[in-house]
Amino acid sequence: MKAVEVNALRKVYGKEKTLAVDEVSFEVNEGEIFGLIGPDGAGKTSIFRMLTTLLLPDGGNAKVCGLDVVKEYKKIRTMVGYMPGKFSLYPDLTVEENLHFFATVFGTSVQENYHLIEAIYVQLAPFKDRRAGKLSGGMKQKLALCCALIHQPKVLFLDEPTTGVDPVSRKEFWEMLKKLKQEGISILVSTPYMDEAAMCDRIGLIQGGKLLSVDLPSQLIQKFPHNVFAVKADNMYQLIQSLQANALVKDVYAFGEYAHLIPNNSALTTSDLLHEMDKLNLQNSSASPTQATIEDCFIQLLH
Amino acid sequence: MKVIRFLLEKEFRQIFRNKSILAMILVLPTMQLIILPLAANYEVRNINLAVVDHDHSDWSAQLILKVTASGYFKLSAYEDNFAQSLTLIEQDKADLILEIPAGFEKNLVKEGNQKVMLSINAINGVKAGLGGAYLGTILRSFNEEIILRVANPQQLGVGGRAELTWSNWFNPTLNYNYFMVPGILAILVTMVGSFLTALNIVKEKEVGTIEQINVTPIKKHHFILGKLLPFMVLGNVVFTVGLLVSYFIYGIVPLGSLWVMYGFIQLYLPAVLGFGLLVSTFCETQQQAMFIMYFFMMVFILMGGLFTPIESMPDWARMVARFNPVSYLIQVMRMVVLKGSSWADIQYQAGIILLFGIVLNAMAILNYRKTN
Repeated sequence: MKAVEVNALRKVYGKEKTLAVDEVSFEVNEGEIFGLIGPDGAGKTSIFRMLTTLLLPDGGNAKVCGLDVVKEYKKIRTMVGYMPGKFSLYPDLTVEENLHFFATVFGTSVQENYHLIEAIYVQLAPFKDRRAGKLSGGMKQKLALCCALIHQPKVLFLDEPTTGVDPVSRKEFWEMLKKLKQEGISILVSTPYMDEAAMCDRIGLIQGGKLLSVDLPSQLIQKFPHNVFAVKADNMYQLIQSLQANALVKDVYAFGEYAHLIPNNSALTTSDLLHEMDKLNLQNSSASPTQATIEDCFIQLLH
Repeated sequence: MKVIRFLLEKEFRQIFRNKSILAMILVLPTMQLIILPLAANYEVRNINLAVVDHDHSDWSAQLILKVTASGYFKLSAYEDNFAQSLTLIEQDKADLILEIPAGFEKNLVKEGNQKVMLSINAINGVKAGLGGAYLGTILRSFNEEIILRVANPQQLGVGGRAELTWSNWFNPTLNYNYFMVPGILAILVTMVGSFLTALNIVKEKEVGTIEQINVTPIKKHHFILGKLLPFMVLGNVVFTVGLLVSYFIYGIVPLGSLWVMYGFIQLYLPAVLGFGLLVSTFCETQQQAMFIMYFFMMVFILMGGLFTPIESMPDWARMVARFNPVSYLIQVMRMVVLKGSSWADIQYQAGIILLFGIVLNAMAILNYRKTN
């Protein structure tokens, strides 16, 4: 049985009939971390809300743990954990009280499933008497994850869990997700960060409500049909501006301290490129072939 | 049942942690009950009176003395001509002009009959109406004194006159506090109950916690009961505080039984809480909820018979008042406190409030959805 099955799911908002989710279909296997990667407004949250039975789909259907999200929503609610993008625990209750409350409404206790949250909760323990609203961003996320986990869900829905969290906490967070996966929990996670995509077992790239592709992160990179060059010069702005106008170049965009360049012709070599760049009279210009990343895949899919 | 217990536990914990709610249920009723009845007094005092005396006689001086001695009027000017007094009215320095004509005393004594003129500034309708009425009463009693002293003794007792006497039942001294305080308490209970419920639920929407609740197996009616019960308790607390304040500050001891009052409140609170709940289902933010509640509270207060009797309202307004739950509580409060009404007397109001409770809560529950 698949943890999540989504079939031609559609969601339309408002009188203008804005298509937020457009015929999206994918599956999440049991014990898998599936990442939905896409920019803001791509429709990720709408998909999450439909799968967690908070929003009714306008078309298609979806199953969670083999249960229909419309007809059997009551059963689904006992089996899934949902962590919304926005912190939504009681800010006026303490860490411990929040956790205790969510355990009890699921008819369980903190002790019973403590093993699931132990790794996270030990970091929270020093603040257990602090009001949830007074925690730092990273601590809030950890508490939210604890609360979503406390009833031992079969499927975990994490909507942008690391947005607004520092890099160290983000890394820790993903370590925890891997541990949860080992416990047999299937995880559907969304993120706007491309570096996190590589940590998922499979990823779906989503844009404008449409699912563009679903693949293993490594496969996605392997299937990338273009060469990628990393180019650099003292004046990056001028470099990108002039290369964009060049007929040999398909696309060029800033990528960290470098700019990534996709040539129009895959036969283009590094020396051809360097030769071309010399004409621009830029200081300290350099070019070298580089490995495509998920971000490159995503940018090319969008173009 | 266990779920409700946990929900209640959580709700009370949050309430006791929220200092503004505690202040709202304890300080607000106390302060309002102490201050509002003093302000919401129909008696008009300190009416500025300008007297234009063309006569300057013994009698005119007596009339002026009698008017000012009543305590309702403050002599703000004593003029010789009317035009000057009129400018005082224009400048808002006088509310009333009493013009005593020349030859006032002479005509009174000779002909037993004289006219004075009242000019009233009617910008403030209440002040004008009451001021005019007071002055009229004073003039009437002045007349009677004149008849006694001046009129031909043979005329006395001739042409029999009907003498009017009255007594005020249930509130013999016409003490305003006795009927204002129970009315204001009714408004307070309504306000605290409906505002707290509406704002509390909308806050869960605003913070997003309602999403977390919605993905749990908590049932709709559990959630709603978990919200209504705590505010039911708070409503009773406010009511009790209010009764204590009216006893200790105003010495008001309800003639009727406390059981009847508390019994009625138990029917009334579900109705106003249901109203708060219904408002909350339409609102996404506390600001929206505040505005909607405020609008309804204004209507409830002004058309509930607190200040002006419903019976004297136009037909359409009386129809509106029939759909105003507050008007029934105000009625019942006054009936029980002043008249000592029993269950049998308030059956009609109790039935209607019960109906309100059922309809409002049903609408709220239907309108509140866990999925949309």
